[in-house]
Amino acid sequence: MTDASTPIELPRTFEEFNEQRRQSFLKVKDFKQAGGRLVGYLCSYTPLEVIDAAGASAVGLCGTSDEVIPAAEEVLPANLCPLVKSTYGFAYSQKCPFTHFSDLIVGETTCDGKKKMYELLGELKPTHILHLPQGRSRAHEREGWYQEVVALKEALERLYGIRITDDTLREAARLRNRLRRATLALFELQRAEPPAMSGVELMSTMFAGTFNFDVRAYVESLERLGEQRRAEAEAGGSPVGAGAKRILVTGCPVGGVIGKVGATIERNGGVVVCEDDCGGERTNRFMVDEDAPDILRAIAERYLKINCSVMTPNEDRFVATREMMEKYRVDGVIECVLTACHTFNVEAARMECAVEEAGVPYMKIETDYSSGDLGQLETRIAAFIETL
Amino acid sequence: MASDEKSPRLGIGLDIGSTATKLVVLGADGAVSHTDLMPTGFSSVDAAARALASLEAAGFAPGGGARVVATGYGRVAVPYADKVVTEITCHGRGAAHLFGPEGTVIDVGGQDTKVIRLRGGRVAKFAMNDKCAAGTGRFLEVMADRLSVSQEELSALARTGEPTRISSMCTVFAESEVISLVGRGEPRENIAGGVVESVAGRVATLVASAGGSAPYYLTGGLCDNGYVVERLAALLGAPVTTCSEARYAGAIGAALAALDMG
Repeated sequence: MTDASTPIELPRTFEEFNEQRRQSFLKVKDFKQAGGRLVGYLCSYTPLEVIDAAGASAVGLCGTSDEVIPAAEEVLPANLCPLVKSTYGFAYSQKCPFTHFSDLIVGETTCDGKKKMYELLGELKPTHILHLPQGRSRAHEREGWYQEVVALKEALERLYGIRITDDTLREAARLRNRLRRATLALFELQRAEPPAMSGVELMSTMFAGTFNFDVRAYVESLERLGEQRRAEAEAGGSPVGAGAKRILVTGCPVGGVIGKVGATIERNGGVVVCEDDCGGERTNRFMVDEDAPDILRAIAERYLKINCSVMTPNEDRFVATREMMEKYRVDGVIECVLTACHTFNVEAARMECAVEEAGVPYMKIETDYSSGDLGQLETRIAAFIETL
Repeated sequence: MASDEKSPRLGIGLDIGSTATKLVVLGADGAVSHTDLMPTGFSSVDAAARALASLEAAGFAPGGGARVVATGYGRVAVPYADKVVTEITCHGRGAAHLFGPEGTVIDVGGQDTKVIRLRGGRVAKFAMNDKCAAGTGRFLEVMADRLSVSQEELSALARTGEPTRISSMCTVFAESEVISLVGRGEPRENIAGGVVESVAGRVATLVASAGGSAPYYLTGGLCDNGYVVERLAALLGAPVTTCSEARYAGAIGAALAALDMG
């Protein structure tokens, strides 16, 4: 579908973009012009090994900025999750180079907002929707999901006119597992007292990783960062004050609220020692069984374990959070719910019980990508840390 | 700030709220030496300057042994503060000082409502209303304006009325609802009753969601509004204790924190 002879088009609004955005567009355009394959994905359930094995770069397209929300609201209702609006808004306004240049966008039927938004997104971009089951405890759900992963493999094979082999899938699983281990090793540096990094650095690193074209280069850079931070911490060079209260952040994806929530926690005497969201340890701790005889099935099984609140029941999420509370010796848990995220918002009542049963204070905040609630958020977060 | 051995030890608490700025000076023994209350107005920087003038005029200039703790939404606008503490912690501490170390503090402020569960005089858990004015002092203010009465008159009217249900939570929508009720010829006392029920109901829901339990203490600007306190107690099914000093609870808590600094 992409070869060097097909001209790659820039969006019509390119001239209006600022310099930084133009540069990213040109960079991705060059990648495509050189024959690079680009597949956008939305949630952590997308089996990235399948995209890797198709020789394509997988980039996360979850919107994290309110810049394009007014544009999105020309089509979508205002009372919708900011991540869903922002994701659509970037496609609609053609302001995200990754969305714009994706050969295909892979979405999953996770929450209602995303599921229905993909129908509209499909009018703007080619999409492939994975039908995610609502649970994982029944055999037909697991089998159905496996069939969905097979269908994605076949869709990519058709798109690029290739064959995806077990060998390339297995190789991709090995590399992705190595990436997961490097990520976990980085997370685990936060077990130190004081932790090796500020939570904002950790959260930003995880977020930046979703835009990486080259998995191997990214793994290597994460491994180097881990080594560097470990050495600094061992030399007593933690950037975090000794008295900082150790916070676990759970709930919705935090990529869009690193400044609003992460930085506010750290400005008010806390430090994020554990990111318990879909980009964090909750998800990265699941490995693919690289040596499984049926590698595609092993990949499918790994992804279905992810504990997002779209699953029911979702007991394992509470178990995992409790384990991480102990592992990171947390002083308090802040649940971050994005406005109109019903599944995390409702599940929060049970998370509150699970956390408080363990004797750890819990607070839920609900926020979006705007700056309208900065003052209130600052008061809540500062007050919560004062009570610890 | 350098400590001056000769000047007496004082705790100055300054609570810059969205509507009113409260000032409390406590002596080393915790006794109240001075209080002041002024409208915050447009600028919290300006309110902080006026509070400083009030302190100086009363002979309690900050510095030396007099430490200042600022709280409230304008807490960061006080250049002469030794420390800033959130209003949650200060209200909790002030209420514990006024009423006792165990119970649930309900603070109905100008722009937000807080529910604070106290255990052993410390904040164990708290909840705040969402980013809107439902169930806050602002809601009452807007509706009193719309009915062309003062807040005191609103309560007096409400007491005599048969509350009309006001279904909108949002202050802006509720205002439109009140306008249409007025247009339909609904008696003013019934609308006033509905307004008070709406605020008390919102606050009671917040108390329940925070897991609050008796004894209940009310702090903040509505402490002198007898009818709201009465309705709130009825909805909570338990007495709600308050007193006139309760509007200073945040400033008292801040002044106690200032005394701690020595």
